[in-house]
Amino acid sequence: MRNTATIAFKEFKSYLASPMGYIITGIFLVLTGFVFSISPATYFETSIRGFVEASSMLLLLLASVLTMRLFAEERKMGTAELLLTAPVRDSEVVVGKFLGSLGILVVMLVLTFYYPILLMWFGDPDMGPIATGYLGLFLLGCASLAVGLFASSLTSNQIVAAVVAGGILFALWSVGWAADLLPEGLGGVIGYLSLSYYFSDFTRGVIDTRAIVYYLSVMVLFLFLTTRSLENSRWS
Amino acid sequence: MIRVENLVKYYGKHPAVDDISFNVEKGEIVGFLGPNAAGKTTTMRILTGFLMPTSGDVWVAGYNMMKHSLEARQHVGYLPEAIPLYTDMTVRSYLDFFARLRGLDRRRTKARIEEVVDICHLEEYVDALIGRLSRGFRQRVGVAQAIIHKPEVLVLDEPTAGIDPIQVATTRELIKELGKECTVIISSHILPEVSMTCERVIIIDRGRIVAEDRIENLASMIRGSRRFRLEVEGPSAEIAERLRQTDGVERVSREDSRYIVECSVEQDPRGKIMETLVQGGWTLLSLESMEMSLEDIFLELTTEEGE
Repeated sequence: MRNTATIAFKEFKSYLASPMGYIITGIFLVLTGFVFSISPATYFETSIRGFVEASSMLLLLLASVLTMRLFAEERKMGTAELLLTAPVRDSEVVVGKFLGSLGILVVMLVLTFYYPILLMWFGDPDMGPIATGYLGLFLLGCASLAVGLFASSLTSNQIVAAVVAGGILFALWSVGWAADLLPEGLGGVIGYLSLSYYFSDFTRGVIDTRAIVYYLSVMVLFLFLTTRSLENSRWS
Repeated sequence: MIRVENLVKYYGKHPAVDDISFNVEKGEIVGFLGPNAAGKTTTMRILTGFLMPTSGDVWVAGYNMMKHSLEARQHVGYLPEAIPLYTDMTVRSYLDFFARLRGLDRRRTKARIEEVVDICHLEEYVDALIGRLSRGFRQRVGVAQAIIHKPEVLVLDEPTAGIDPIQVATTRELIKELGKECTVIISSHILPEVSMTCERVIIIDRGRIVAEDRIENLASMIRGSRRFRLEVEGPSAEIAERLRQTDGVERVSREDSRYIVECSVEQDPRGKIMETLVQGGWTLLSLESMEMSLEDIFLELTTEEGE
């Protein structure tokens, strides 16, 4: 537990020490700010739906870039050799790194809180969908970062890691679109596997426990796969 | 303190380490000597728990590295060959990170950072970014990291590669100093490196141990003689003949005005040689002891194996 926290803080700080964290946060704020500012004209309502929907796919991209260095850089620089010979469980390393990147994601989301605050200032928005929107983005972020971390554990090349992560995430997202075209049973199963399938509920203010279970399962699955990937590297 | 039994490690079909066994007693400084690709780094990585062996067993500080890896790793300090560092961290935060990971509490971490910074002479650079430090200082940071938790076993993989001669000398002093408190295993492909710091040497080639002995025995075991190169002014045939007759000299070979004199290890015939030359009235221009290079040793060991 303490080891996990040590690693998480170290990773979080190293995002703040490099330009990458600021660039990603900056891009996120600029793009979502733009979408937020034009969305009242699109939806004719005081909501953050435009922001939440636009952020969802942007999040897949940002998670890939945010996590790409976490293991790939350690392998490239050789620091993996020290980290993995410290008396720390592989799972503690994985969860620590995951939490470090999640910290940045939370900071990014908190920085967007001024969108709903602006809405409350000028109007009377329904707080339900706003809260569920943020919950949805947080859960999607957890799943995406875990996928990104896994991709980073497979290679020593950060670009490869980002591309693999982006590929997996986009595949998991877009497979939901295909579900509608397939026959009932098969389409349903594939729909359940898709990252996008449950997301629209959150934008409408609905909390579906299946959705929460789904995103957390994806997160746990990929964190587990990352741990196995580290173990595997010791045997190769 | 370190026990290795029948260690085998395959990378694909190629064996990097092929059935090696050795022991290192508490407090020893042991050199692990071999040419490039002999399996040194692989062995170091298995000793520190970074890699798992294909077969065989490793005990470190009484713990089996495969079965009780965390406990075993707790007692190991490791400086990998590449001296890996987080270049975006300061020396202090880097040391703090590894101290905490190795189980030191906040107060103890702070105290130990002061101590290792002092031991490794890093006082001026504690708050500098590691990325800005020169190779020599990075290497010191690496050593500081390895000893931060007072490990019982210290594994140093090529600790003096790529740093300047003065720093090499200070590093050797440092290693000797550390050897008083813990068991040290150093890998190297340079013989003098190992002979200056280690009490015992394990020589490895193509994944196998080819020799293992105390440093002073090893030289004589390999070739029961030592050699000197002389440069003398005078009639060469006669000089060679007289040198051959000198007490303690076993063999003399000639190349132009230079003579290679071989003699047994037990005695130093240099005084006698001088006398001989003075008696003949010849001028000695130079006399040097010929260090046996690692290549010589390997040639010797591998040809002996073949015979």
